[in-house]
Amino acid sequence: MIYFDNAATTLQKPECVLWAVIEAMGTFGNPGRGVHEPAMAASRAVYDARCALAQLFHGENPARIAFTANATEALNIAIKGILNPGDHVITTAMEHNSVLRPLYELEDRGAELTILPADDRGRIDYNAISASIRDNTRAIVCTHGSNLTGNLLDIGKIGAIAKAHGLLFVVDASQTAGVFPIDVQKMGIDILCFTGHKGLLGPQGTGGLYVREGVDVRPLLTGGSGVQSHSKTHPAQMPTALEAGTLNAHRLAGLNAAVPWLLETGIDTLRQKELDLMWAFYEGVREIPEITVYGDFSARERCPIVSLNVRDYDSAQVSDALFSQFGIATRPGAHCAPLMHDALGTGSRGGVRFSFSHYNTMEEIKIAIAALREIAREE
Amino acid sequence: MIRKQERVVFTFHTTTDAMAAEIQCKDLGGRMIPVPGEITADCGLAWCAEPQLEEVLRSALNTAGIPVQGVYRLMI
Repeated sequence: MIYFDNAATTLQKPECVLWAVIEAMGTFGNPGRGVHEPAMAASRAVYDARCALAQLFHGENPARIAFTANATEALNIAIKGILNPGDHVITTAMEHNSVLRPLYELEDRGAELTILPADDRGRIDYNAISASIRDNTRAIVCTHGSNLTGNLLDIGKIGAIAKAHGLLFVVDASQTAGVFPIDVQKMGIDILCFTGHKGLLGPQGTGGLYVREGVDVRPLLTGGSGVQSHSKTHPAQMPTALEAGTLNAHRLAGLNAAVPWLLETGIDTLRQKELDLMWAFYEGVREIPEITVYGDFSARERCPIVSLNVRDYDSAQVSDALFSQFGIATRPGAHCAPLMHDALGTGSRGGVRFSFSHYNTMEEIKIAIAALREIAREE
Repeated sequence: MIRKQERVVFTFHTTTDAMAAEIQCKDLGGRMIPVPGEITADCGLAWCAEPQLEEVLRSALNTAGIPVQGVYRLMI
Protein backbone atom coordinates (compact mmCIF):
# COMPACT_ATOMS: atom_id res chain seq x y z
CA MET A 1 0.00 0.00 0.00
CA ILE A 2 1.18 3.49 -0.84
CA TYR A 3 -0.15 6.14 1.52
CA PHE A 4 -0.64 9.58 0.02
CA ASP A 5 -3.23 10.92 2.47
CA ASN A 6 -0.89 12.64 4.90
CA ALA A 7 -2.91 15.88 4.87
CA ALA A 8 -5.68 13.88 6.57
CA THR A 9 -3.29 12.26 9.03
CA THR A 10 0.28 11.05 8.82
CA LEU A 11 0.28 7.26 8.86
CA GLN A 12 3.83 6.56 9.93
CA LYS A 13 4.92 8.09 13.23
CA PRO A 14 8.45 7.95 14.64
CA GLU A 15 8.84 4.75 16.65
CA CYS A 16 9.51 6.78 19.81
CA VAL A 17 5.94 8.12 19.56
CA LEU A 18 4.42 4.63 19.63
CA TRP A 19 6.54 3.56 22.59
CA ALA A 20 5.77 6.75 24.51
CA VAL A 21 2.03 6.10 24.20
CA ILE A 22 2.38 2.47 25.22
CA GLU A 23 4.47 3.36 28.26
CA ALA A 24 2.05 6.12 29.22
CA MET A 25 -0.92 3.77 28.98
CA GLY A 26 0.69 1.51 31.55
CA THR A 27 2.06 4.10 33.97
CA PHE A 28 0.17 7.40 33.92
CA GLY A 29 -2.22 8.66 36.55
CA ASN A 30 -4.36 11.75 36.04
CA PRO A 31 -2.30 14.78 35.06
CA GLY A 32 -2.75 17.62 37.53
CA ARG A 33 -4.99 15.63 39.80
CA GLY A 34 -2.60 14.39 42.47
CA VAL A 35 0.97 14.29 43.65
CA HIS A 36 1.68 10.57 43.70
CA GLU A 37 4.18 9.32 41.16
CA PRO A 38 1.73 8.10 38.48
CA ALA A 39 -0.03 11.51 38.50
CA MET A 40 3.29 13.35 38.48
CA ALA A 41 4.55 11.26 35.57
CA ALA A 42 1.50 12.30 33.57
CA SER A 43 1.82 15.95 34.61
CA ARG A 44 5.50 16.03 33.67
CA ALA A 45 4.83 14.59 30.20
CA VAL A 46 2.07 17.13 29.57
CA TYR A 47 4.30 19.96 30.76
CA ASP A 48 7.22 18.75 28.64
CA ALA A 49 4.92 18.66 25.60
CA ARG A 50 3.96 22.30 26.28
CA CYS A 51 7.65 23.21 26.50
CA ALA A 52 8.46 21.47 23.20
CA LEU A 53 5.56 23.18 21.39
CA ALA A 54 6.38 26.59 22.86
CA GLN A 55 9.92 26.08 21.54
CA LEU A 56 8.69 24.98 18.10
CA PHE A 57 6.30 27.94 17.74
CA HIS A 58 8.48 30.47 19.62
CA GLY A 59 5.80 31.14 22.22
CA GLU A 60 6.65 33.29 25.24
CA ASN A 61 6.37 30.39 27.67
CA PRO A 62 4.87 26.90 27.94
CA ALA A 63 1.82 28.13 29.87
CA ARG A 64 0.59 29.83 26.69
CA ILE A 65 0.00 26.41 25.07
CA ALA A 66 -3.39 24.85 25.89
CA PHE A 67 -4.24 21.35 24.73
CA THR A 68 -7.41 20.25 22.96
CA ALA A 69 -8.60 17.10 21.21
CA ASN A 70 -7.91 18.50 17.74
CA ALA A 71 -7.57 21.68 15.69
CA THR A 72 -11.35 21.96 15.29
CA GLU A 73 -11.80 22.24 19.05
CA ALA A 74 -8.94 24.75 19.24
CA LEU A 75 -10.48 26.86 16.46
CA ASN A 76 -13.90 26.78 18.12
CA ILE A 77 -12.34 27.94 21.39
CA ALA A 78 -10.42 30.71 19.62
CA ILE A 79 -13.22 31.97 17.38
CA LYS A 80 -16.06 31.75 19.89
CA GLY A 81 -13.84 32.95 22.72
CA ILE A 82 -12.82 36.29 21.23
CA LEU A 83 -15.79 37.38 19.07
CA ASN A 84 -19.07 38.93 20.19
CA PRO A 85 -22.29 39.90 18.43
CA GLY A 86 -21.64 43.14 16.54
CA ASP A 87 -17.98 42.31 15.90
CA HIS A 88 -16.75 42.09 12.32
CA VAL A 89 -14.33 39.33 11.36
CA ILE A 90 -12.38 38.73 8.14
CA THR A 91 -11.56 35.28 6.78
CA THR A 92 -10.82 33.71 3.38
CA ALA A 93 -12.34 31.27 0.91
CA MET A 94 -9.32 29.01 1.52
CA GLU A 95 -10.67 27.93 4.89
CA HIS A 96 -11.64 24.52 6.18
CA ASN A 97 -15.08 24.08 7.70
CA SER A 98 -13.46 24.08 11.15
CA VAL A 99 -13.01 27.82 10.60
CA LEU A 100 -16.05 28.52 8.43
CA ARG A 101 -18.75 26.77 10.48
CA PRO A 102 -17.93 28.45 13.81
CA LEU A 103 -17.87 31.77 11.93
CA TYR A 104 -21.25 31.09 10.26
CA GLU A 105 -22.61 30.22 13.69
CA LEU A 106 -21.42 33.55 15.08
CA GLU A 107 -22.81 35.34 12.04
CA ASP A 108 -26.22 33.89 12.93
CA ARG A 109 -25.77 35.37 16.42
CA GLY A 110 -25.05 38.87 15.15
CA ALA A 111 -21.39 38.97 14.13
CA GLU A 112 -20.48 40.37 10.71
CA LEU A 113 -18.40 38.20 8.38
CA THR A 114 -16.30 39.05 5.34
CA ILE A 115 -14.95 36.13 3.32
CA LEU A 116 -12.18 37.19 0.97
CA PRO A 117 -12.67 35.41 -2.36
CA ALA A 118 -10.12 33.14 -4.01
CA ASP A 119 -9.40 33.18 -7.75
CA ASP A 120 -9.52 30.10 -9.99
CA ARG A 121 -6.07 29.05 -8.78
CA GLY A 122 -7.10 29.41 -5.16
CA ARG A 123 -5.24 32.65 -4.44
CA ILE A 124 -6.51 35.60 -2.43
CA ASP A 125 -5.70 39.27 -2.95
CA TYR A 126 -3.81 40.57 0.09
CA ASN A 127 -4.88 44.15 -0.71
CA ALA A 128 -8.47 43.07 -0.09
CA ILE A 129 -7.66 42.45 3.58
CA SER A 130 -6.95 46.08 4.44
CA ALA A 131 -9.82 47.21 2.20
CA SER A 132 -12.22 45.02 4.20
CA ILE A 133 -11.35 46.43 7.61
CA ARG A 134 -14.18 48.36 9.28
CA ASP A 135 -14.54 50.30 12.52
CA ASN A 136 -15.95 47.21 14.24
CA THR A 137 -13.46 44.69 12.83
CA ARG A 138 -12.16 42.59 15.70
CA ALA A 139 -10.11 39.83 14.09
CA ILE A 140 -8.64 38.16 11.03
CA VAL A 141 -8.96 34.37 11.03
CA CYS A 142 -7.18 32.42 8.32
CA THR A 143 -5.37 29.26 7.42
CA HIS A 144 -1.62 29.08 6.99
CA GLY A 145 -1.93 26.56 4.16
CA SER A 146 -4.85 25.29 2.09
CA ASN A 147 -5.69 21.65 2.75
CA LEU A 148 -6.89 21.41 -0.86
CA THR A 149 -4.35 23.20 -3.06
CA GLY A 150 -1.43 23.26 -0.64
CA ASN A 151 -0.90 26.96 -1.23
CA LEU A 152 0.38 29.01 1.67
CA LEU A 153 -0.86 32.33 2.93
CA ASP A 154 1.84 34.79 3.95
CA ILE A 155 0.87 34.88 7.61
CA GLY A 156 3.71 37.25 8.46
CA LYS A 157 2.26 39.77 6.03
CA ILE A 158 -1.29 39.29 7.32
CA GLY A 159 -0.06 39.48 10.91
CA ALA A 160 1.52 42.84 10.16
CA ILE A 161 -1.77 44.11 8.70
CA ALA A 162 -3.61 42.89 11.79
CA LYS A 163 -1.13 44.60 14.12
CA ALA A 164 -1.26 47.86 12.15
CA HIS A 165 -5.03 47.97 12.63
CA GLY A 166 -5.13 46.65 16.20
CA LEU A 167 -6.89 43.41 15.20
CA LEU A 168 -6.54 39.97 16.70
CA PHE A 169 -4.91 37.46 14.35
CA VAL A 170 -5.97 33.81 14.55
CA VAL A 171 -4.14 31.23 12.41
CA ASP A 172 -5.22 27.70 11.53
CA ALA A 173 -1.94 25.79 11.25
CA SER A 174 -3.52 22.37 10.73
CA GLN A 175 -1.54 21.71 7.55
CA THR A 176 1.66 23.50 8.49
CA ALA A 177 2.48 22.90 12.17
CA GLY A 178 5.60 20.74 12.23
CA VAL A 179 6.21 21.33 8.52
CA PHE A 180 6.88 25.06 8.15
CA PRO A 181 8.68 27.36 10.60
CA ILE A 182 6.15 29.33 12.62
CA ASP A 183 7.26 32.14 14.91
CA VAL A 184 4.14 33.43 16.63
CA GLN A 185 5.89 36.51 17.99
CA LYS A 186 7.64 37.58 14.77
CA MET A 187 4.54 36.82 12.68
CA GLY A 188 2.20 38.78 14.95
CA ILE A 189 0.01 35.76 15.68
CA ASP A 190 -2.31 36.15 18.66
CA ILE A 191 -3.79 32.64 18.56
CA LEU A 192 -2.29 29.68 16.70
CA CYS A 193 -4.46 26.56 16.40
CA PHE A 194 -2.81 23.24 15.60
CA THR A 195 -3.45 19.55 15.39
CA GLY A 196 -1.04 16.94 16.70
CA HIS A 197 -1.60 14.11 14.25
CA LYS A 198 -0.56 15.57 10.90
CA GLY A 199 2.78 17.32 10.43
CA LEU A 200 3.54 17.12 14.14
CA LEU A 201 3.55 13.31 13.77
CA GLY A 202 1.74 12.69 17.06
CA PRO A 203 -1.38 10.64 17.85
CA GLN A 204 -4.91 11.53 16.77
CA GLY A 205 -6.90 13.13 19.57
CA THR A 206 -4.20 15.73 20.22
CA GLY A 207 -4.15 19.38 19.29
CA GLY A 208 -4.12 22.75 20.91
CA LEU A 209 -3.72 26.46 20.71
CA TYR A 210 -1.10 29.03 21.51
CA VAL A 211 -2.58 32.21 23.00
CA ARG A 212 -0.44 35.33 23.22
CA GLU A 213 0.07 36.81 26.65
CA GLY A 214 -2.56 39.51 27.20
CA VAL A 215 -5.19 37.95 24.92
CA ASP A 216 -8.27 36.85 26.86
CA VAL A 217 -10.19 33.92 25.41
CA ARG A 218 -13.57 32.99 26.83
CA PRO A 219 -13.50 29.24 27.56
CA LEU A 220 -15.80 26.95 25.62
CA LEU A 221 -15.96 24.52 28.54
CA THR A 222 -15.66 24.94 32.29
CA GLY A 223 -15.42 22.35 35.01
CA GLY A 224 -12.72 20.29 36.67
CA SER A 225 -9.34 21.96 36.77
CA GLY A 226 -7.39 20.32 39.58
CA VAL A 227 -6.84 23.75 41.16
CA GLN A 228 -8.94 26.51 42.80
CA SER A 229 -11.63 23.90 43.46
CA HIS A 230 -13.70 26.03 45.84
CA SER A 231 -14.05 28.87 43.38
CA LYS A 232 -17.41 29.07 41.60
CA THR A 233 -15.64 30.09 38.43
CA HIS A 234 -13.15 28.24 36.29
CA PRO A 235 -9.53 29.43 36.79
CA ALA A 236 -8.58 32.36 34.57
CA GLN A 237 -4.90 31.47 34.28
CA MET A 238 -3.55 29.86 31.13
CA PRO A 239 -3.46 27.06 30.22
CA THR A 240 -5.98 25.84 32.82
CA ALA A 241 -8.47 28.46 31.63
CA LEU A 242 -8.96 26.56 28.36
CA GLU A 243 -8.47 22.98 29.63
CA ALA A 244 -11.53 21.91 31.62
CA GLY A 245 -11.54 18.20 32.37
CA THR A 246 -8.85 15.55 32.32
CA LEU A 247 -6.33 15.99 29.54
CA ASN A 248 -5.50 13.21 27.10
CA ALA A 249 -2.15 12.57 28.78
CA HIS A 250 -1.64 9.15 27.19
CA ARG A 251 -1.68 10.62 23.71
CA LEU A 252 0.03 13.83 24.75
CA ALA A 253 2.91 11.59 25.82
CA GLY A 254 3.12 10.58 22.16
CA LEU A 255 3.08 14.21 21.07
CA ASN A 256 5.77 14.84 23.68
CA ALA A 257 7.94 12.30 21.88
CA ALA A 258 7.02 13.52 18.39
CA VAL A 259 7.84 17.22 18.76
CA PRO A 260 11.33 16.71 20.21
CA TRP A 261 11.93 14.18 17.40
CA LEU A 262 10.95 16.88 14.89
CA LEU A 263 13.12 19.49 16.58
CA GLU A 264 16.08 17.11 16.58
CA THR A 265 15.58 15.89 13.01
CA GLY A 266 14.84 19.37 11.71
CA ILE A 267 11.56 20.34 10.07
CA ASP A 268 13.44 22.05 7.22
CA THR A 269 15.16 18.79 6.31
CA LEU A 270 11.89 16.86 6.39
CA ARG A 271 10.02 19.52 4.43
CA GLN A 272 12.61 19.64 1.65
CA LYS A 273 12.20 15.89 1.17
CA GLU A 274 8.42 16.27 1.09
CA LEU A 275 8.66 19.09 -1.42
CA ASP A 276 11.04 17.08 -3.63
CA LEU A 277 8.42 14.30 -3.68
CA MET A 278 5.56 16.70 -4.33
CA TRP A 279 7.34 18.49 -7.18
CA ALA A 280 8.34 15.20 -8.83
CA PHE A 281 4.74 14.09 -8.67
CA TYR A 282 3.49 17.43 -9.99
CA GLU A 283 5.95 17.41 -12.90
CA GLY A 284 4.89 13.86 -13.72
CA VAL A 285 1.13 14.45 -13.73
CA ARG A 286 0.98 17.91 -15.30
CA GLU A 287 2.20 16.41 -18.58
CA ILE A 288 -0.76 14.03 -18.76
CA PRO A 289 -3.33 15.79 -20.99
CA GLU A 290 -6.35 14.14 -19.36
CA ILE A 291 -5.39 15.44 -15.91
CA THR A 292 -6.28 18.83 -14.43
CA VAL A 293 -4.14 19.99 -11.49
CA TYR A 294 -5.55 22.67 -9.15
CA GLY A 295 -3.83 25.47 -7.32
CA ASP A 296 -0.86 27.76 -7.69
CA PHE A 297 2.52 26.14 -8.38
CA SER A 298 4.51 29.32 -8.96
CA ALA A 299 6.49 29.04 -5.70
CA ARG A 300 8.50 26.04 -4.50
CA GLU A 301 7.50 26.52 -0.87
CA ARG A 302 3.99 25.16 -0.47
CA CYS A 303 2.32 22.36 1.45
CA PRO A 304 3.21 18.95 -0.01
CA ILE A 305 -0.23 18.57 -1.56
CA VAL A 306 -1.38 18.08 -5.17
CA SER A 307 -5.10 17.94 -5.96
CA LEU A 308 -6.28 16.90 -9.39
CA ASN A 309 -9.02 15.39 -11.49
CA VAL A 310 -8.86 12.92 -14.36
CA ARG A 311 -10.95 13.62 -17.47
CA ASP A 312 -14.51 14.36 -16.32
CA TYR A 313 -14.46 11.46 -13.87
CA ASP A 314 -15.93 11.77 -10.43
CA SER A 315 -13.13 12.20 -7.89
CA ALA A 316 -14.52 9.44 -5.67
CA GLN A 317 -14.34 6.93 -8.54
CA VAL A 318 -10.75 7.88 -9.34
CA SER A 319 -9.69 7.65 -5.70
CA ASP A 320 -11.44 4.28 -5.40
CA ALA A 321 -9.73 2.99 -8.53
CA LEU A 322 -6.36 4.17 -7.22
CA PHE A 323 -6.80 2.17 -4.04
CA SER A 324 -8.67 -0.88 -5.30
CA GLN A 325 -6.52 -1.40 -8.42
CA PHE A 326 -3.17 0.09 -7.43
CA GLY A 327 -3.15 0.18 -3.60
CA ILE A 328 -2.68 3.95 -3.52
CA ALA A 329 -4.49 5.79 -0.70
CA THR A 330 -5.73 9.31 -1.57
CA ARG A 331 -8.62 11.50 -0.51
CA PRO A 332 -11.45 12.42 -2.90
CA GLY A 333 -14.42 14.73 -2.43
CA ALA A 334 -14.77 18.14 -0.84
CA HIS A 335 -12.06 17.96 1.87
CA CYS A 336 -14.27 20.13 4.14
CA ALA A 337 -13.23 23.12 1.99
CA PRO A 338 -16.43 24.02 0.11
CA LEU A 339 -15.53 27.61 -0.79
CA MET A 340 -12.17 26.60 -2.19
CA HIS A 341 -13.82 23.97 -4.39
CA ASP A 342 -16.29 26.60 -5.58
CA ALA A 343 -13.38 28.88 -6.51
CA LEU A 344 -11.62 26.08 -8.39
CA GLY A 345 -14.82 25.07 -10.18
CA THR A 346 -14.84 21.62 -8.59
CA GLY A 347 -17.87 22.08 -6.39
CA SER A 348 -19.85 19.21 -7.88
CA ARG A 349 -17.25 16.46 -8.33
CA GLY A 350 -14.56 17.46 -5.83
CA GLY A 351 -10.94 16.54 -6.43
CA VAL A 352 -8.45 13.76 -5.75
CA ARG A 353 -5.91 14.91 -3.19
CA PHE A 354 -2.41 13.45 -3.02
CA SER A 355 -0.54 14.55 0.10
CA PHE A 356 3.01 13.52 0.92
CA SER A 357 5.14 13.00 3.98
CA HIS A 358 8.85 12.53 4.56
CA TYR A 359 8.59 8.75 4.67
CA ASN A 360 7.18 8.49 1.13
CA THR A 361 9.63 7.59 -1.64
CA MET A 362 10.37 8.56 -5.25
CA GLU A 363 9.56 4.99 -6.24
CA GLU A 364 6.04 5.48 -4.83
CA ILE A 365 5.74 8.72 -6.78
CA LYS A 366 6.62 6.93 -10.02
CA ILE A 367 4.08 4.18 -9.31
CA ALA A 368 1.36 6.79 -8.67
CA ILE A 369 2.12 8.68 -11.89
CA ALA A 370 1.99 5.43 -13.84
CA ALA A 371 -1.32 4.51 -12.18
CA LEU A 372 -2.83 7.86 -13.14
CA ARG A 373 -1.65 7.41 -16.74
CA GLU A 374 -3.37 4.05 -16.74
CA ILE A 375 -6.63 5.45 -15.33
CA ALA A 376 -6.52 8.38 -17.75
CA ARG A 377 -6.12 5.95 -20.68
CA GLU A 378 -9.04 3.76 -19.79
CA GLU A 379 -11.78 5.50 -21.75
CA MET B 1 1.11 8.85 63.29
CA ILE B 2 2.15 11.79 61.12
CA ARG B 3 5.09 13.68 62.63
CA LYS B 4 4.80 17.45 62.08
CA GLN B 5 7.75 19.69 61.24
CA GLU B 6 8.00 23.31 60.16
CA ARG B 7 8.13 23.61 56.39
CA VAL B 8 7.97 26.33 53.78
CA VAL B 9 5.25 25.70 51.21
CA PHE B 10 4.92 27.39 47.81
CA THR B 11 1.54 27.23 46.06
CA PHE B 12 0.73 27.91 42.42
CA HIS B 13 -2.21 29.04 40.31
CA THR B 14 -2.04 26.14 37.88
CA THR B 15 -0.59 22.67 37.56
CA THR B 16 1.50 24.00 34.68
CA ASP B 17 3.16 26.54 36.98
CA ALA B 18 3.70 23.79 39.54
CA MET B 19 5.41 21.59 36.95
CA ALA B 20 7.62 24.47 35.86
CA ALA B 21 8.47 25.03 39.54
CA GLU B 22 9.43 21.40 40.04
CA ILE B 23 12.09 21.70 37.34
CA GLN B 24 13.57 24.78 39.02
CA CYS B 25 13.37 23.51 42.59
CA LYS B 26 14.15 19.81 42.45
CA ASP B 27 17.92 20.24 42.69
CA LEU B 28 17.64 22.87 45.41
CA GLY B 29 15.66 20.76 47.84
CA GLY B 30 12.13 19.75 48.71
CA ARG B 31 9.38 17.91 46.91
CA MET B 32 5.88 18.28 45.51
CA ILE B 33 3.02 17.68 47.94
CA PRO B 34 -0.77 18.09 47.80
CA VAL B 35 -1.73 21.62 48.92
CA PRO B 36 -2.14 21.33 52.73
CA GLY B 37 -5.60 21.91 54.17
CA GLU B 38 -4.24 24.75 56.35
CA ILE B 39 -3.85 26.79 53.17
CA THR B 40 -6.95 25.68 51.31
CA ALA B 41 -8.87 22.46 50.90
CA ASP B 42 -7.82 22.50 47.26
CA CYS B 43 -6.61 19.66 45.10
CA GLY B 44 -3.59 21.42 43.70
CA LEU B 45 0.14 20.86 43.94
CA ALA B 46 2.56 22.68 46.25
CA TRP B 47 6.35 22.67 46.67
CA CYS B 48 7.38 21.79 50.22
CA ALA B 49 10.89 22.28 51.58
CA GLU B 50 12.87 22.86 54.74
CA PRO B 51 12.33 26.43 56.00
CA GLN B 52 15.92 27.57 55.49
CA LEU B 53 15.50 27.02 51.75
CA GLU B 54 12.78 29.66 51.41
CA GLU B 55 14.95 32.44 50.03
CA VAL B 56 16.89 30.29 47.58
CA LEU B 57 13.66 28.78 46.28
CA ARG B 58 11.96 32.18 46.04
CA SER B 59 14.91 33.49 44.11
CA ALA B 60 14.98 30.53 41.73
CA LEU B 61 11.26 30.79 40.99
CA ASN B 62 11.48 34.55 40.55
CA THR B 63 14.45 34.27 38.19
CA ALA B 64 12.58 31.69 36.12
CA GLY B 65 9.51 33.94 35.96
CA ILE B 66 7.20 31.37 37.54
CA PRO B 67 4.18 32.98 39.23
CA VAL B 68 3.82 31.93 42.87
CA GLN B 69 0.36 32.08 44.41
CA GLY B 70 1.55 32.10 48.02
CA VAL B 71 4.41 31.20 50.37
CA TYR B 72 3.54 29.74 53.77
CA ARG B 73 5.31 28.54 56.91
CA LEU B 74 3.41 25.58 58.26
CA MET B 75 3.75 22.78 60.77
CA ILE B 76 2.96 19.83 58.57
